[in-house]
Amino acid sequence: MTIRFVLLVNKQGQTRLAQYYEYLTIEERRALEGEIVRKCLARPDNQCSFVEHRNYKVIYRRYASLFFLVGVDGEENELAILEFIHCVVETMDRYFGNVCELDIMFHLEKAHFMLEEMVMNGCVVETNKQNILHPIQLMDKTT
Amino acid sequence: MGTRLRDMIRSIRACKTAAEERGVVAKECAILRNAFKESDPDYRHRNVAKLMFIHMLGYPTHFGQMECIKSIAAPSFPEKRIGYLGLMLLLDERQEVLMLVTNSMKNDLGHTNQFIVGLALCALGNICTAEMARDLAPEVEKLLHSTNSYVRKKAALCSVRIVRKVPDLVENLMVPATGLLTDKHHGVLVAGVKLCTELCQTSEVAIEHFRKHVNTMVRVLKNLVISGYAPEYDVSGITDPFLQIRLLRLLRLLGNGDADISDTMSDVLAQVATNIEGNKNAGNAILYECVQTIMAIEAIAGLRVLAINILGRFLANRDNNIRYVALNTLVKVVSIDTQAVQRHRTTVVECVKDSDISIRRRALELVCALVNETNVKVLTKELVDYLKVTDPDFKGDLTARIAGLVQKFAPNKQWYIDQIILLMVEAGKYVTSDVTRSLVVVISNANALQGYTVRTLYRVFQAWDGQESFAQVALWCIGEYGDLLVSSENKLEGEEPLTVTESDIVEIVENALKDSRASSATVAFALTALLKLSIRLPNSADRIKALILEHKGSLVLELQQRAIEFGSILTKHNDLKGALVERMPVLDEARYYANNAMGIDGQQTTDIEALEPHANGHVRQPNAIEKPTAAAAAAAANLIDLLSFTDEPTTLSNSSGNALLDLLGGGPMGDANSASSPGGGDMFLDLLSSDGPAPLATTAAVPLEGLLDVEPIANTSLGNSSLNGGTPKGPPAIVDPIANISFGNLSLNGGTAKGPPAVVDPFADLTSTAMPAPASAPGLPSIIAMQTNGLKISFDFTKAVDAPKATVIKASYSNLSSNIYTDFVLQAAVPKFMQLQLEPATSGILSANSSNLVTQVIKLTNNMHGQKALVMKLRVSYKVNGNNVLEQGQVNNFPAGL
Repeated sequence: MTIRFVLLVNKQGQTRLAQYYEYLTIEERRALEGEIVRKCLARPDNQCSFVEHRNYKVIYRRYASLFFLVGVDGEENELAILEFIHCVVETMDRYFGNVCELDIMFHLEKAHFMLEEMVMNGCVVETNKQNILHPIQLMDKTT
Repeated sequence: MGTRLRDMIRSIRACKTAAEERGVVAKECAILRNAFKESDPDYRHRNVAKLMFIHMLGYPTHFGQMECIKSIAAPSFPEKRIGYLGLMLLLDERQEVLMLVTNSMKNDLGHTNQFIVGLALCALGNICTAEMARDLAPEVEKLLHSTNSYVRKKAALCSVRIVRKVPDLVENLMVPATGLLTDKHHGVLVAGVKLCTELCQTSEVAIEHFRKHVNTMVRVLKNLVISGYAPEYDVSGITDPFLQIRLLRLLRLLGNGDADISDTMSDVLAQVATNIEGNKNAGNAILYECVQTIMAIEAIAGLRVLAINILGRFLANRDNNIRYVALNTLVKVVSIDTQAVQRHRTTVVECVKDSDISIRRRALELVCALVNETNVKVLTKELVDYLKVTDPDFKGDLTARIAGLVQKFAPNKQWYIDQIILLMVEAGKYVTSDVTRSLVVVISNANALQGYTVRTLYRVFQAWDGQESFAQVALWCIGEYGDLLVSSENKLEGEEPLTVTESDIVEIVENALKDSRASSATVAFALTALLKLSIRLPNSADRIKALILEHKGSLVLELQQRAIEFGSILTKHNDLKGALVERMPVLDEARYYANNAMGIDGQQTTDIEALEPHANGHVRQPNAIEKPTAAAAAAAANLIDLLSFTDEPTTLSNSSGNALLDLLGGGPMGDANSASSPGGGDMFLDLLSSDGPAPLATTAAVPLEGLLDVEPIANTSLGNSSLNGGTPKGPPAIVDPIANISFGNLSLNGGTAKGPPAVVDPFADLTSTAMPAPASAPGLPSIIAMQTNGLKISFDFTKAVDAPKATVIKASYSNLSSNIYTDFVLQAAVPKFMQLQLEPATSGILSANSSNLVTQVIKLTNNMHGQKALVMKLRVSYKVNGNNVLEQGQVNNFPAGL
């Protein structure tokens, strides 16, 4: 019951952020990302947000031109992961102010910092936006 | 100096093709490498950030690992921050570089700044190895008691990883983890509950421990459910759904299998199930978790009803996500409460036809769990109808499932045959060979249905649409039962009349033979069918012969061989061919399923196993040897199944010793009276009798008398003994089994005990019921096989009365010198008509002036017993005072009668 990876992908299928909580080689990652993106992006809106792929269950949600994909193992609560994705987006919104693809691209490390505060070793650890952003904002102030 | 991060990203974005992008990245990587070489600390932060970006794009970045480690050791926070991030992204626990970082991490764990401690904990929690976990566990444990909630929560999750890597640390962590359950901070709570869950999953002791604290968890959950608006952790009106879900999951682990604990938590579960509103995703997530918990613990009936009702509501929901989740849960629930799930059957069947493949998959799994004897016909019809319209992706799954259901629940054979034929017609290429094979077994057993089946197949085959599996079954049946097509024997009531002439039959086979869609395997089936038809349809014999001979020049070796062999049977061996292609004996159904059921259905296996011995009037020995025998036989029988089904007369020479023994010994025995031969005995017999002229039953069965019950033992021990790989074609191999059986018996004894075989026979009870225990033949004198200046080797012989060909030799080694011999190795060689097996010697060291201290068992089988005497060459090598000594000799003085 852990998160295996978090992926942010744009409408063209280009990866914009990738965080894995288990080791995959570069080739494996590229292949996996390609397969999953192809599968998820092809699904119409009215279909459910869960796709089973290999031994992963991918839970995805689309925000404008960005797809958030989270890969989990079989035992995870799918609806909770959807809620988690929403929480990630809200957090990024609060930090960047209406987040868009470019914000994440040009501030990749910031996006990672946020994710790092929220998820550790595949488990959700913090969902309060203020707590998540506090260390990052502190760092911004000092530099 | 390099470009700014921003510029690099821009230039990468500007790339129009992948090649262009690769070029830009390669250039950047080169600049980065140079920068790392110069190790300019001012730009390290920026460089690591660039590296991360390149890594995200999927390019190798290993050259930057050291740079991350340097950043971590840097004093400034931003640099550390990016260093740790790089560490987590670019490195993995398999890299030795991680060793270097352990010390920096240890320092950071003891830092006064909470954020630096948090960083180290986070990195440790994401990538630590077992070694690091062991090294740093004390520090992390201390941090669990920190006064700072930011540190506590990270330490808790870090401990989760540590426990996963080093499970024996569970007991150290149980008490601190319990402390976290009363924490006020939600982040700490959520991490603490996760840690408790992890501990419970790792150890039984932890479950017992946390059961004592169930009241605490219940209280926390209750507060969350009834508390009013809590802005910090509110998600659409619900307080911290993530924490609630974690708690429900922990309660599930604790309540499972313990009625008292389940009772303690039932109140709060009922509260969650009734109070949480299901109109928002967050609420549904909690309800979903709650239902799973209720179904997993020992809940009272009322609570279960509540849970099932929630699932019913979910299933009726218009949101696909909710329906998916409902199906997913019902699959888990179906084993607990089938009745409750059956009520939703129609809805579930509808879901199999949903446009969404995720939902279809779940629904299909559920439908299969719901099928039973009473509804199998209705549900199968639904599924088969759907099979016609479904997309190709899904057909494989669906076909396999339908086949499984039909096999498991078929009310009668005719229905079974009909359904599988239908399945092959609709989804021919997705039907696996297992399915077709068991169909053939069933047909072969259903005497009354053979006519009906072959006529049905014929009818459908006229409109063949290239389905491989169907063609093969149809061809096999037409070959086997072609005469029933013409005569219309065994007509069932209500069966449509069918008039077929001999030439029609030959024509349909010919069509298949010439069809471009037919694979070479199918053509091989067709050729064999033709051979059989040449007897069944005497008037068309010439045409058949011509058809077979057309393939004489086939480029496929297999087909060419068949054509030529069959051709020569038809032209030269007219007297043989009648016996050769007569109808296959009935394939043994029970055994076939016993061998195959393992994978399909555990229940079925045991049933059949229970039935089988009775059917044969033979009581199984409750002996440990059973299992390996069955396993070995299953492997062998599979091979045989394959052979008998494909009607393959050659290619046996490579089969393993086991299979061969089964093939040779098992056949006649199975027929004679014993069920202890675990493979399908009839099938072997049939294989052989259809294969060559040798009348097996007479040659092999007679000398086997009295040995039958030893046979399972022989089977198990024979695995590594060489069996010469003889083909079953000629008589020499057929005479073999007796020798091999007793040989196997002896080698098993010798393998388990060092003493004389007959005495410590672990299966004495087994053998003695059927026959006297193998006794040594009296009066075999010991011989001195070899004597040199410093070494004497003497042989003692043991021989079982019932196995004249086998001899067990005990070689004793004596050191006649006053020097110690080390690394003593004896090698022996025998002529080709004998088989030799050397057991390891009791020691490789012969102490000075010792006699007969070291012994070694040598097993011999003389296949020309009575015609040729034993001879053996020996080669001995050992070390004296560090010098290698090599001695050779020939043993010619074996006593007569070996």
